Amino acid sequence: MLSRTADHLYWMSRYIERAESLARLVDAHYRMSLLPHDDAALAQSLRYTMTALQMEEAYWARHDTIEPRAVFEFVSLDREFSGSILSCLRVARENARAVRGSLTSELWETLNSTWLDARTLAARSSPHADIGQFVEWVKERSHLTRGVTIGTMLRDEAFHFSRIGTFLERADSTARILTAHQTDFQPGADAGAVPDPFEWSVLLRALSAFEVYRRVYRDVITPVKVAQLLILRDDMPRSLLRCCKEVYSNLRSVKNEHSAETERRAGEMHAMLHFTRMEDILSSGLPEFLEQFLGRVRDLGDRIAYDFLVPPAEA
Amino acid sequence: MDFASGSTKGILLGNKPYNEMYLSDGTTRPHYLSYEHWLKEQPAERLSQKRAEADALFHRVGITFAVYGQEEGAERLIPFDIVPRVLPLEEWIRLEGGLKQRVRALNAFIHDIYHDQQILKAGVIPPEQVLCNSQYRPEMQGVDVPGGIYAHIAGIDIVRDDAGEFLVLEDNLRVPSGVSYMLENRKMMMRLFPELFSAHRVAPVDHYPDVLLDNLRSVAPTGVADPTVVLMTAGAHNSAYFEHAFLAQQMGIELVEGQDLFVRDEAVFMRTTQGPQRVDVIYRRIDDDFLDPLAFRPDSMLGVPGLLTAYRAGHITIANAIGTGVADDKSIYPYVPEMIRFYLGQSPIIANVHTWMLRKQDDLDYVLAHLPELVVKEVHGAGGYGMLIGPASTKAEIEAFRHQIIATPERYIAQPTLALSTSPTFTGQGLKPRHIDLRPFVLSGRDVTIVPGGLTRVALREGSLVVNSSQGGGTKDTWVLEA
Repeated sequence: MLSRTADHLYWMSRYIERAESLARLVDAHYRMSLLPHDDAALAQSLRYTMTALQMEEAYWARHDTIEPRAVFEFVSLDREFSGSILSCLRVARENARAVRGSLTSELWETLNSTWLDARTLAARSSPHADIGQFVEWVKERSHLTRGVTIGTMLRDEAFHFSRIGTFLERADSTARILTAHQTDFQPGADAGAVPDPFEWSVLLRALSAFEVYRRVYRDVITPVKVAQLLILRDDMPRSLLRCCKEVYSNLRSVKNEHSAETERRAGEMHAMLHFTRMEDILSSGLPEFLEQFLGRVRDLGDRIAYDFLVPPAEA
Repeated sequence: MDFASGSTKGILLGNKPYNEMYLSDGTTRPHYLSYEHWLKEQPAERLSQKRAEADALFHRVGITFAVYGQEEGAERLIPFDIVPRVLPLEEWIRLEGGLKQRVRALNAFIHDIYHDQQILKAGVIPPEQVLCNSQYRPEMQGVDVPGGIYAHIAGIDIVRDDAGEFLVLEDNLRVPSGVSYMLENRKMMMRLFPELFSAHRVAPVDHYPDVLLDNLRSVAPTGVADPTVVLMTAGAHNSAYFEHAFLAQQMGIELVEGQDLFVRDEAVFMRTTQGPQRVDVIYRRIDDDFLDPLAFRPDSMLGVPGLLTAYRAGHITIANAIGTGVADDKSIYPYVPEMIRFYLGQSPIIANVHTWMLRKQDDLDYVLAHLPELVVKEVHGAGGYGMLIGPASTKAEIEAFRHQIIATPERYIAQPTLALSTSPTFTGQGLKPRHIDLRPFVLSGRDVTIVPGGLTRVALREGSLVVNSSQGGGTKDTWVLEA
């Protein structure tokens, strides 16, 4: 398939996944804001999250203080901000439109109507009551897009490049959300008691892991188990291990004569997570681990672009 | 999307236009009887609900055209009218014969002017009309193209005058567009009103992409057993992008942009995830000027450096060929009937609209004396721009145009204001007659083929004769009734 087509498919999926991740984050914080809560704790969580997502600078360019309402609207609906959910949906749709011939018509129509409806929802004058509804809707549209992708697309290169985009973005997103909460994992926080149950529920909800946690551990929330679930559980769909496994297997399905090293690195990342113990990660420092992991995700993205998506001239 | 070059007509004069559905005494034409019977039975609410449904579907499917000069990424629907335009089989057969004849002659003409130029030597067309035309490409002189075919896809604009005669208004031989609307309109009609299609024997059109692909494969460079065909677009911001993506998908071929292709050793390759892949036929939907920055416009970012060299070496087929524009120029149009006689030895089945060439003194004198009743067109104008519709213009407009004509008469032609035929069309005031034209798509490869019908365009504003989508035109499904 055309390199440019693969490139558009990859970014289409990354942006839909990104929109969903952001929607989860907003949703988790929005719920927290509706419960009796500590304003400072909520503001701090929002600030850490924006830092981890590299959104802070754009936010401060528009606002002077961290107001939950302002943050929600900024992240969800700001059409001037290229990182907002609305912008992600637009870019996903633009990428899809550029290769609509390589998508099934069901998938194209799903992405197209998602954008058309998002624009309408965002244009409504009083979004005040609608943030929760909006992010809920974004999650549903992302679920639908994923379902249509899996349910209608031929298992060819187009499918695999789209999946690589999804899982690389998801790995990146889970690692960033963990980064925003990394202080909660510091040694000593592991004594058993939890400093702030709100914090944990935000983190777990943002990764669809709250119910899963209860189901898997049937226990109080402890940092080690949370980290275990979100980093090393093979059966947890948003864990780092799971994402790396998916990236690796999809990458193997599209390999070409230049891509051996990229494939090796993806395999190495997967193996590293597969054979690591949680205790080792925590004792050598979670922040360092996450930083290194994000660096590897970035490296893998660059290599995939070089090998497949935007090959150097005359390659 | 603007369906290529300008087909704008004058305003209705005294003569009553031909109504496609009704005879002048108000009775229904035989080929519309059964449709009209059905239409009368439909409750108004059902029809307006179906119209809304069509709009929603077109939006969701993204059957839109980009609008230039508006907000970035602005996309609009081309209005779709649910009343089909119906052609009886005998009329279609005659049209089909005339269209094939015309396109054969046009292809022979293009081949001739890039080779021996017999038609110029015979004095049928003044040589300077061809050789000094900006659309004439000296690069093509002596180049042999597979099958001698230049205009593989031709969109011929047909109108019907007040006497019910079909006339050719314009030939589009560069990158004619609109065929996706022909196909989508049919799909939409079948979805909205399936019962109509069990009650009428409407000739199918949905095999168009197969015929097109078959034609494109048949003109691959000699010796290529299993040619790779691609469709080349200027990109997602081009006004006709939907059509490009649609056709590529329907034919199962890659939709490429210039940046996806490169030339090595006089051969064309595309960049794929599995490395370079050889390309044999390019169905291009960008103009000559943008194809190769080394040969034509050096500032073009859309093209492929070296493409012309590969083309001249015979290693790639480009459809339509480079240099076809000289044959659909308005200054050459008046000579097409002569071409048919010269190359085929036949008399034209479909006539031209009478055309005055203002570079001729007699024609100029006549036209200057009759400006208020004529349509004057710029020879290189397109999309309904750069023209004067006498009956619809103010005195001041006419005088301003008169000065332009006198300054450079060779830049203009003039035609009588035609009372284009009308078809009943849904408007804010219910069903009203609106002017229409027809663009059939003529495919040339091993043979010349036409999918029955074509795209019917309709001028939605009352009294308007401008059917261009950029100027408020809409489209209709076109039925050729088999028996």
